[in-house]
Order: sequence, then C-alpha cells, then structure tokens
Amino acid sequence: MTTADIAAPRQDPYHIGHGHGHGSLARGHGEGGPAPKRIIVGYGFWIFLLSDIVMFSAFFAAFAVLQGETAGGPSGKDLFDLRITAIETGCLLISSFMCGMASLAAEARRALWFHAAMAATFVFGAAFIYLEVREFWVLVEQGAGPTRSAFLSAFFTLVGCHGLHVTAGLLWLLTMMAQIFAKGFRPDILRRYLCFSLFWHALDIIWVALFTVVYLMGAGA
Amino acid sequence: MLGKLSWDAIPWHEPIPMVTSGVIVLVVLGVLAWIVIGGHLPYLWREWITSVDHKRIGVMYILLALAMLVRGFADAIMMRSQQAVAFGNDGYLPPEHYNQIFSAHGTIMIFFGAMPFVIGLMNFVIPLQLGVRDVAFPTLNSVGFWLTATGALLVNISLVVGEFARTGWLPYPPLSEATYQPGVGVDYYLWAIQISGVGTLLTGVNLVTTILKMRAPGMSYLRMPMFCWTSLASNLLIIAAFPVLTATLAMLTLDRYLGFHFFTNEAGGNMMMFMNLIWAWGHPEVYILVLPAFGVFSEVISTFSSKPLFGYRSMVVATMFICIVSFTVWLHHFFTMGAGPAVNAVFGISTSIIAVGTGVKIYNWLFTMYGGRVRFTTPMLWSLGFMITFVIGGMTGVMLAIPPADFVLHNSMFLVAHFHNVIIGGVLFAAFAGLTYWFPKAFGFTLDEWWGKAAFWFGFIGFYVTFMPLYIAGLLGMTRRLQRYDYEPWHVWMLIAAFGTAILFAGVACQVIQLVVSIRRREQLRDVTGDPWDGRSLEWATASPPPVFNFAVLPNVSADEPYWAIKQHAREQNRLRPEPEYEEIEMPRNSPTGFVCAFFATLMGFALIWHIWWLVALGFVGAYATFVVFAWRDVPEYIIPASEVARLDRENRSARKEALATYTGPM
Repeated sequence: MTTADIAAPRQDPYHIGHGHGHGSLARGHGEGGPAPKRIIVGYGFWIFLLSDIVMFSAFFAAFAVLQGETAGGPSGKDLFDLRITAIETGCLLISSFMCGMASLAAEARRALWFHAAMAATFVFGAAFIYLEVREFWVLVEQGAGPTRSAFLSAFFTLVGCHGLHVTAGLLWLLTMMAQIFAKGFRPDILRRYLCFSLFWHALDIIWVALFTVVYLMGAGA
Repeated sequence: MLGKLSWDAIPWHEPIPMVTSGVIVLVVLGVLAWIVIGGHLPYLWREWITSVDHKRIGVMYILLALAMLVRGFADAIMMRSQQAVAFGNDGYLPPEHYNQIFSAHGTIMIFFGAMPFVIGLMNFVIPLQLGVRDVAFPTLNSVGFWLTATGALLVNISLVVGEFARTGWLPYPPLSEATYQPGVGVDYYLWAIQISGVGTLLTGVNLVTTILKMRAPGMSYLRMPMFCWTSLASNLLIIAAFPVLTATLAMLTLDRYLGFHFFTNEAGGNMMMFMNLIWAWGHPEVYILVLPAFGVFSEVISTFSSKPLFGYRSMVVATMFICIVSFTVWLHHFFTMGAGPAVNAVFGISTSIIAVGTGVKIYNWLFTMYGGRVRFTTPMLWSLGFMITFVIGGMTGVMLAIPPADFVLHNSMFLVAHFHNVIIGGVLFAAFAGLTYWFPKAFGFTLDEWWGKAAFWFGFIGFYVTFMPLYIAGLLGMTRRLQRYDYEPWHVWMLIAAFGTAILFAGVACQVIQLVVSIRRREQLRDVTGDPWDGRSLEWATASPPPVFNFAVLPNVSADEPYWAIKQHAREQNRLRPEPEYEEIEMPRNSPTGFVCAFFATLMGFALIWHIWWLVALGFVGAYATFVVFAWRDVPEYIIPASEVARLDRENRSARKEALATYTGPM
C-alpha cells in the first residue's frame, strides 16, 4: 500500500465511460484484476450507505402510512415550526460544506486547516442536534410526545433516527480527528476519513427528503 | 440492579427445558474443560476465534449452522410427536410451551440454521472461485460471524433464563405487543434477530464488494462461476432487504419498550403495516436462502456431469430476474388481508411469474446432465433429489399463489408442507450437497461416500414421509400450530408424519456417523492434488486445504471455465504450466475485534432484554472501545516471504504433476 493509491487524482484509472468487461484493463473492472484498496473501501461503504437509505425508506413508508392517524391529537400543521427547521437545515448544510473543506485540507495534507474545518463541522452538527432535541422537548412538554398517536410515533422515529445517525456521526468525527492527530495522514486513516465524509453527506441527502416529506408537506397539509 | 431478572426467570418446575438445558450445559462445560485442560485454547484462539481468514470463518459459520440445525430438529421432533399423540387430549406439551417450541423452531432454522450455512458456503467458496486472496473486508467478516453467533447464543439462553416468544417465527402484532406478551420472550426474539441481522448485513456488504471489485485478472462478469452469480444476487438482496427487517423490528421494539403506536390496536396504530413490512423483507429472504442453493446445484451438476453448465447466460438472466421480481411478490403472504381483488390479482400473477425463472434453471440443469458422463456421488444425489422435490414444492407454491385457492389453504398445514418442501428440498439439500462437495477443499480429505449416500436416502425418503401427509392434512382443513385437536381424520396423517421424522432422524445420525468415520479414515480419503472431483472452477486449482493466501500467484483467467481450461491445456501438453515467479504476499493479521465486539454485544442484548440499563451502557461503551482500539492498530498486515510461498506451491505442483503423469482419461 503506497500513498500513490490515495492521491493520483489526475489520471482516470477506472476508464469511466469507456465500457466494461472484455478489453478493459483497469483494475477492478472486467478483466483488470482486483481494484486498489481505496476503491474497495469507498465502494463497500457506498453499498453500506445504500442499505442505510433502504432502512430510512422503511421509516418513511411507515410515516406516510401513519401520517393521518393523529387519534384526535395534533397534526403536523399544529406542531411544526418551519423557521426552526430552516435553521436546522442551514446548520446541516454548513456542516457538510465544512466537511468538504476538511477533505480538501486532508488532500493537501494541511493538519491545522483539517482540524479547524472538522471542528466547524462538529459545531454545526452539534447545533443541529441541539435544535432537534429542543424541538422534541417542546413537543413532549405540550403533550405531543411519541406515545400520543401513531402519527407522532412515526414522526419521532423517523426524525429521531436521522438525529441518532448525526449523533453517531459526531462521535465518529471526534474519533477521526483524534486519529489524524495521533497518526497523521496515513493511507488507511485517509480511507476511513473518506467513509466518514461519505456518511456525513449522505445524512444531508436523507435530511432533504425528511425536510420535504415531513416538514414542508406536513406543515402545508 | 438486575432489572426484571430474578431467580424466578429459571423454569425450575418444567422438566423438559431443565433437563435439556442441563444436558447442554454439561456438554458445553465438558468441551470447554477438554479444550482448556488439553491445552487447545491457545491454538483455538490464535487459529480460529481471532482468524480473519475467509475459509476459517466460513467453516465456523457452518459449524454454528450444524449445531443450530440439530437444535431446531429437536424442536421439530417435539412438535411432530406432540401432534401425533394430542388427538383428543393435551399431549405432553402444555400450550405455552408448545407455542415457544414452534416459534423457536422457525426462528432457529431460518436465522441460525439455514442463513449461517448458506453464508458459510459463500464465505468459503467465493474468494476461491474468484481467484483472490480474501474477501474485501476480512476483519469485518469476523465481526459479522461473531454477531451472528451472539444472536444464536441469545436464543439458546432463552431456554434456561426466561422464555422464548410464543408468537410464531414472525412476531405478528397485536399479539406480540406488550399488552398481550408482557414477558421477555418477544424481547429475546427482537434483540437476537437485530444483533445477528447487523452481522448478516455486514456480510452482504462485504461479499458484494468482493464480487464486484475483487476478481482475478481476466475474470469478467460472464466468466464468473454460477455460484458467484447466485451469491451476488443473494447478497444484493441482503443489502436491500435486511435494513427493512431492522426498521420493522425497531418499530415493534419501540412499541413494546416505550409505548409507541406503530402496530397497536389503539391511537391509530396499523398492524397490517407490520405484515407488509416484515414480508417486504421476508419474501426476498427466501430467495436469499435459495439462490446460493441454486448456485451449489449448478456447480455440482456441471462437475459431476463432466460438462459445462448448459445455458450459462440464461442462468445468469434467470438469477437476476428472480433477484428483482422477488421484491414484487410479498403480498401473497396475506391475500386474506382483504386488499381487494385487483391488488391480489397483481401479486398472484407476479408470484406465478417468478416460477418462470426457476423453471429455466431446472431445464438448464437437466440439459447439463443430458449427454454427460454423470457420476452419482453424494452431492449429485442431493442435487437430483432436489430437482424432483423442488418441482413439487414449486407447484404447490403456484397453487398458493392463486388468491381464491389461498383463501382456502391460508394458514393450513398445506402451507407448512409447502414451505418445508422448498426450504428442505431446496436449501437444506443444497447445504448437504455443498458440504460434501467442498469438504475436501476445506479439510484435505473427502467424506465417506457410503454413509453420505445413506444419509441422503434417509433424508430424501424421510422428507416425503414427513411432509406429504401434511399436505393432505391441510387439504382436510387442519390449521397450523395446533397444540391439540379433536378431529379424527387428521390423526392418521400426523402418525405417518411422526414416523417420517424418525426416518429423518436416521438421516441425521448417518450424517454424524459420516463425519466421524471420515475423520478416522482420513488418510485413505486424503485429497492430495486439491482436485478430487475433476472440477472446473478455480477453487480446485489450489491445494486442499488451500494455503492461507489461497493462490501463490493470482490466476490469469482466459476462458469461461477457468480451471478446466488450464487443466485441459496441461493434459494436452502433458505438463503443467511453467513455474511462476513467486513474490512475497501481504495478508491481513488476525484480530480479536470480532470476538470481543460480540462479547459486548451479547452483554448488551441480554441487558436490553432484562432491562438492566447500566449493563446496556457498559456493553455499548465496550463495543465502541473495541472499534477504537482496532482503528488504532499500526500494523494491519504481515508478510509471507516468497520462499515460503514457493515451498507451499511446489508441494502442490509436484502432487499435480504426479496425477497428470498417471492420467488416462479423455483429453
């Protein structure tokens, strides 16, 4: 394993768009032999993320089925405050942007910038979690907790599952920073960082769906 | 301090679980004592428990599966004997115990018998067939295995501590809600399946990445052996279906633990949503099991007919067709829900259409044998038995796919007979075919043929005598899961089925004797060359058992049947390929991560079941710490010097040279 596997962004060793199978000599495609480690790790993690998105789809489906089942309790229209949700969205997007900055810093091997960008990623991620917990708290105070109705059960589970992912991501982020701090930009650690950034951006994708389906459509209905 | 756990959790007054668990505990303690006193522990720890070698992990999966198959079969014997005697009386099993037995039987057989067996075979075979050194993520592989073992352990702990679910193998609400099942039975089910489900998902990710990104040079998709194709389809299904199971069981868990209302009777809950979600996983699950089985049969039939697989490309298409269509049939599990004739008709038709893919495969296997020189070895017998049995099971499946017929047969013994017909006739027969076929590759000696054939005939006949009567009982109106009954015409069929179970027991005994006899006779049964069956794919191109790195040099694939081409060339030239230039090989170091992580997962699962919250926290922190420690390691790989690679490969080459010199068969 050399650093050449990580860097080398200027060539196109995978012959994207050049056809697969017979005749393709790139590693990991068709007849080229096993792919480099970085490709294997990134690819595997993408597949894991797809499975995670499938899990979310089950929670989305449950939410769609139970959305109208308020059991005489409050509906989304009564509960959602779109201003707070907009701020939450902003926090998450900025956090993702900062994560992108950290990736650039890692590519340039600039430790200080990397840690600064990661710290900013953490702060905005934590702010998102704070807002979400506060929102949940207010709802429970109002008597609109998850045990009130099937709609609220589905709401808390879907949004809470995303929140749990972000929380786990924050823990991972700190572990990632500690690793880079202690071990430097080692190839295996950079591969791990690649997975982390994929994870962090994937959570944004899920949030976009969540924001639309749960909050925008819920508050309008 | 200990949550709901107290001495009352142990069923002191019920002789059956107490005696059984007493015996199991004694056996386990005996084995542990033998391991420790005999000084085998360091070897076991170094070479197996911490191993990240896909071959070792595959073998451990299959050992787990064999143990759990025996456990599940014990449950089956109890059910068959109960129904044989419980005509007009209560039999010997009280209802609350009988309900736990059929729930545990289904859960164990699917999740801890069939699944680990199939995953074990895939783990062992795929990297060898693809001509590579290991799976994509070796340590993750070990984590996946040990998490599966955690699930199996939790289910078996429920035998002694507390109780198991009484809801059937799929815990349908509202019966499974806390209102109606206040005990820990359903919780055991939920956490055991959640933890092992994580393991299965990780394995799915691992194997898909392996197949799509790590193949020997020259191994294009359409040169992959059929087992790799069906495994790819199966693992894609794992990735797409298991997260749905996780989500569904999480919802039920929230209902039970925190008073949510996903599936409850009140506050707007919708229990039919559970049926939809669980079968959106459950139907793909049966194809997760049976597709690799189809792969095993493809390999076995082609090898023992000494012919390439007939219609390879149509087989690939049929496999991927089944993979996709399996997601569009789930509603046939509850036609009686009342979704309306239009919905039922759509799912009835899609269910019938999926049989087309299987039909294509059956004809391909038949044509593979046609004109071939068929050798009737044990794996081949299992394959032939499968073809007959599976066609019957498939046809009763198409009967059940017709909504009006399903309204009559729904939840009857006919259904029980049908799914045993396809799962035993499909998956289990493949498991035994695969076991006999790849055993010499794993251990370096073949299994005894006489006892293998005896096991097949007892298993084959025992299957028919057990399950054909259940079809008839179902047509006579007998519903499933009856602890007692008062209707005389069913009784005789239950007696015949119980007799069939005795024949199956003889089959199990033969299988055990086969192992013992083969181990004792291993010197006569030794596979010297690494190619005992005159095989066609790359796993037979290396020694038996293969060295840790599988291939001294990654094979260069230049034909559709990679090893067959190499071998034919050698036979025609009357010499092996020239010796390659050996280079040093980097292999991943063993790691206790999987085992330690599963240890904490077991603590966490047990604590969640019994509401011991401090232990939950401890288990979580422990598992997280394990990962951090793993992430902190500095030397992930070790190097095998070129001289050692050369030594091992030359040994095998000289054995092959000798075999080639004495070869007299056709060119």
